[in-house]
Amino acid sequence: MERPSSTGLRQRRTPLFPLHTELGARIVDFGGWDMPVQYSSQINEHHAVRRAAGVFDVSHMCVVDVRGEKARAFLQRLLANDVGRLHEPGKALYTCMLNEQGGVIDDLIVYYLTHTWFRVVVNAGTRDKDLAWIRKHAADFGVEITERTDLAMLAVQGPEAREKVTKLLSPAGAQAAMSLGTFVGREIDGWFIARTGYTGEDGFEVMLPATDVIRVWKELNALGVASCGLGARDTLRLEAGMNLYGNDMDESKNPLESGLEWTVAFDPPSRDFIGRKPLEEIREKGSAFKLVGLVLADRGVLRSHQKVIAGDAGEGEITSGTFSPTLDRSIALARVPAKAGEWVKVDIRGKLLEAKVVKPPFVRNGKPRIDVAALQHPSAAAQAATPAKPQ
Amino acid sequence: MSNVPTDLRYTRTHEWVRDLKDGTVEIGITDHAQAELGDLVFVEVPEVGRQVGVGEPCAVVESVKAASDVYSPLAGEVTAGNPELATTPELVNQDPFGAGWLMRLKPANAAMLNELMSPAEYESLLQAEGA
Repeated sequence: MERPSSTGLRQRRTPLFPLHTELGARIVDFGGWDMPVQYSSQINEHHAVRRAAGVFDVSHMCVVDVRGEKARAFLQRLLANDVGRLHEPGKALYTCMLNEQGGVIDDLIVYYLTHTWFRVVVNAGTRDKDLAWIRKHAADFGVEITERTDLAMLAVQGPEAREKVTKLLSPAGAQAAMSLGTFVGREIDGWFIARTGYTGEDGFEVMLPATDVIRVWKELNALGVASCGLGARDTLRLEAGMNLYGNDMDESKNPLESGLEWTVAFDPPSRDFIGRKPLEEIREKGSAFKLVGLVLADRGVLRSHQKVIAGDAGEGEITSGTFSPTLDRSIALARVPAKAGEWVKVDIRGKLLEAKVVKPPFVRNGKPRIDVAALQHPSAAAQAATPAKPQ
Repeated sequence: MSNVPTDLRYTRTHEWVRDLKDGTVEIGITDHAQAELGDLVFVEVPEVGRQVGVGEPCAVVESVKAASDVYSPLAGEVTAGNPELATTPELVNQDPFGAGWLMRLKPANAAMLNELMSPAEYESLLQAEGA
């Protein structure tokens, strides 16, 4: 559904939009889409996913099928990670799609379905430019590119998520779904069910006919699965240390300065993926910047674009910042000089506050990975250790 | 529908003011404002003794989503900041007109209190904003 927006651009809606408004969701613009940011309390929705199960509407994401004899060869040219590594049908791979300069056009998940059929899921905000880029390069390989607008997509996440979804399936379907390995998807009872997500919890992402999705959402609610908005999705993904396109990387940033070197397959050296040459040069001389996690030692909230001061190493910037409901502290991803040390200062409204550099994730499978109780700047720790003099 | 107590004065920017009848006033954000912001996770209140002007940013309320300035409805000297909010910012969500107050102020000109919006005027504003 579309309606003209105040910007003159067409505002898009998912098949679940009428239900979101019926459930009292607060609706915001997200990359040109009217999406629910929260239903009741963003923090409660966050905890529901960490402790039980929540459901997100991710139908704004774009599902694209790539079919043809040369589908694999095409994606090996198009993507920085190597689909040549995918042999088990249904296996998924997280990867960047780069421009000729090595900048990130988008990050995406690609599923290997058959030797002539791959499925790609790209971000909503980059949908149009991604499709144009994919189609432009597809021409040389004679592959067929189909946007699957007939499908809606739900993310059901949390320690109880998989079990809840299986209650909506046939006995055989339930068994098949429970036996899916991590990062594997397959067609079950007419749905494409994948054990993937963006929260740091176990769960499924389900692609299903758009005509069924309102009924399925209501059935999940009835099973105790909480409706969750994009607000909780953002705090969950940040706690899980996962990048958000447009915040943590974009076309002006390469994967090596975005914490995504692990997704770039430089082997085999013969695979000539788009953006390879500039990346190899950067890798050889060493990236000047790196993406790290920060935990704020003081009270306050880290936000994107705040300045990070890394002493003699120079300055950087927060790319995503929020309050972590699980850690009860503020956390962030930040692009800092490669030589930044263990502690940095962040400029929050003119005050310089201490933050510790950590390796994400901050939280995984409901458990904190950072000991916030032990989080004390060395100078504060030294002061605490000095016996107080009588006044 | 937001709660709008009848014994308070209001601003267009969704602050409320309570006359404490001792030459000082108490200031906070309205029920509508806290609902719009969502779960608050950090509140910065002004220091005692600070002089603030009308419409001057004097406190910051941060939800999970964003940081927002709170503007002083009156000019004057800050006599207290709510100390509870350092550890329990959610008081502003739970009790915006009571335990979730932000600061107290000694107005430079107490008569200006009557220039602020009445409860009825504030209700009309909320209706006009579609709340």
